[in-house]
Amino acid sequence: MTAALSVQGLHVAIGQGARSANVLRGVSLALEPGEVRGLVGESGAGKSMLGRAVLGLLPANATITAGKISFEGRDLVAMPEPERRSLLGRRIALIPQDPMTSLNPVRRVGAQIAILLRHHLALSKREALERAAELLAEVAIREPRRVLELYPHELSGGMRQRVLIAMAFACDPSLVIADEPTTALDVTVQRQVLQLVERLRQRHGAAVLFVTHDLGVVAKICRTMTVLHAGRVLEEGDTADVLARPRHPYTRALLAATPRADRPAEALRPVPPALIESLWAEARRLDRLTAMAPS
Amino acid sequence: MTEILLRTGALSFAYPERVGLFRRPLLREVVKRVDLAVPRGSVLGLVGESGSGKTTLGRLLVRLLQPTSGGIQFDGVEISHLDEAEMRPLRARIQMIFQDPQSSLNPRLRLGVTLTRPLSVYGRVKGRRDRRDRAAALLDLVGLPTGFVDRYPHELSGGQRQRAGIARALALEPDFIVADEIVSGLDVSTQAHILLLLREPRARLGLTMVFISHDLSVVRVLCDDVAILQAGEVVEYGPVARIFNSPQHPYTQQLLSAIPLPDVEPGWLDDASPIVTPYSQGSAA
Repeated sequence: MTAALSVQGLHVAIGQGARSANVLRGVSLALEPGEVRGLVGESGAGKSMLGRAVLGLLPANATITAGKISFEGRDLVAMPEPERRSLLGRRIALIPQDPMTSLNPVRRVGAQIAILLRHHLALSKREALERAAELLAEVAIREPRRVLELYPHELSGGMRQRVLIAMAFACDPSLVIADEPTTALDVTVQRQVLQLVERLRQRHGAAVLFVTHDLGVVAKICRTMTVLHAGRVLEEGDTADVLARPRHPYTRALLAATPRADRPAEALRPVPPALIESLWAEARRLDRLTAMAPS
Repeated sequence: MTEILLRTGALSFAYPERVGLFRRPLLREVVKRVDLAVPRGSVLGLVGESGSGKTTLGRLLVRLLQPTSGGIQFDGVEISHLDEAEMRPLRARIQMIFQDPQSSLNPRLRLGVTLTRPLSVYGRVKGRRDRRDRAAALLDLVGLPTGFVDRYPHELSGGQRQRAGIARALALEPDFIVADEIVSGLDVSTQAHILLLLREPRARLGLTMVFISHDLSVVRVLCDDVAILQAGEVVEYGPVARIFNSPQHPYTQQLLSAIPLPDVEPGWLDDASPIVTPYSQGSAA
């Protein structure tokens, strides 16, 4: 079976020459079709950068210095730009983090969904609006036809995130990158959004790379998980195994530092600064080794 | 009998909302008849979703806003209708820590100046040497290197900035602090340090705190009591352990069951309850 997504030895650096800094240091992971993979890490771990690299949306000053990214067996890094662009939004979709800034504020919701459908699926204007209404109904938006006529500012954060989810699944993608899609939402809305993502994933059979810092969210929606720190994979496996029996000290420390609604304060253990420092020292040692190695 | 430091009675706040060009503005009530009693040395958690009025309530408690009706007693003094001049002596005893340390620290001032500004305002510093020593002591209190007195806010990480915000709030050794979502933007490892940091001065300085958060797990860890706010009303109020172990109000139950605990729980996502439009859930489902 061809992996939906395969990343091999991916190195990404920001900046040039002597002043460049590595953000991904040899990341490898593979997603089977239909798999939901949690990509967990704290800020600076490189989790969003990995998602952006897959989408070809790295910031202008970031470059892939080594490694391969393949989507359904096709090399995304070497692929000509027009071909890659035709995959984006259609076969590979993004659910962005911030529902407040990811929609165009001056265009109606319906027009924004229709543009996507007309571009990728060559639907007529009327067909596209028809399909857009169906998509909104699929993400449990009541009165979808009325919502098509609204501007983003007329919707709550949860509603906007639903619109973005509808857009992500609009063209039946086989890979969805979800970049912290529930971080800005209230818990009750978060739960509904997670339910929707799972429902649509099942219906469309997409693999999902779910980027998050929240181990609780991973536990609920991801079958497998990868723990990232300083651009390195520290641990991966089935979510149930990793959470019940974390092997890496960093994973154990993260779990112990996560406040839990079912446990009092005495259970909370901050991540030891010495552990973080030693992980960074190791990352810098790796950087020196890579720099010395003949390329 | 524990001493109550802060008490509110039927505290309400409304702002005028324009409904049309020629119609009289409607009053929109965002805090409705809230009764709270915060014992000295305790931490009260104010929990609610966006739009529940928790931030407005916090701003009322430190009198950044004037209540529309109802009372606030701070250490036995009615403060709900004091004007700025009358509030001034009390301001030193009441502090607020803001959500976003990025925008609440002056980017053009070194930390040493920012941290001691409250002290100079109240004439409590004597000369430059004293100022530096006081700033260093404050940095030390929140676990930052004392060398940070010469740093600017942009040179700090998010967690370090939040610590600096806490240090500034502690500068005047206040009796009472309102902390508004101060750990929500932080990583888990940083968050745990800050939470434990906040527990400490409370024990040592007898600090009383109101901790505003949408994150129930964080409230569970830090607070003694919790008030659950929904649409400006307190729907449930009591000791954390009781509310978390046996929530009575349907809204509290709904909030608690929506928290994803870091345990694999098959079926959590297939919950049969209908997917409702946000903010229309108010009635008992």
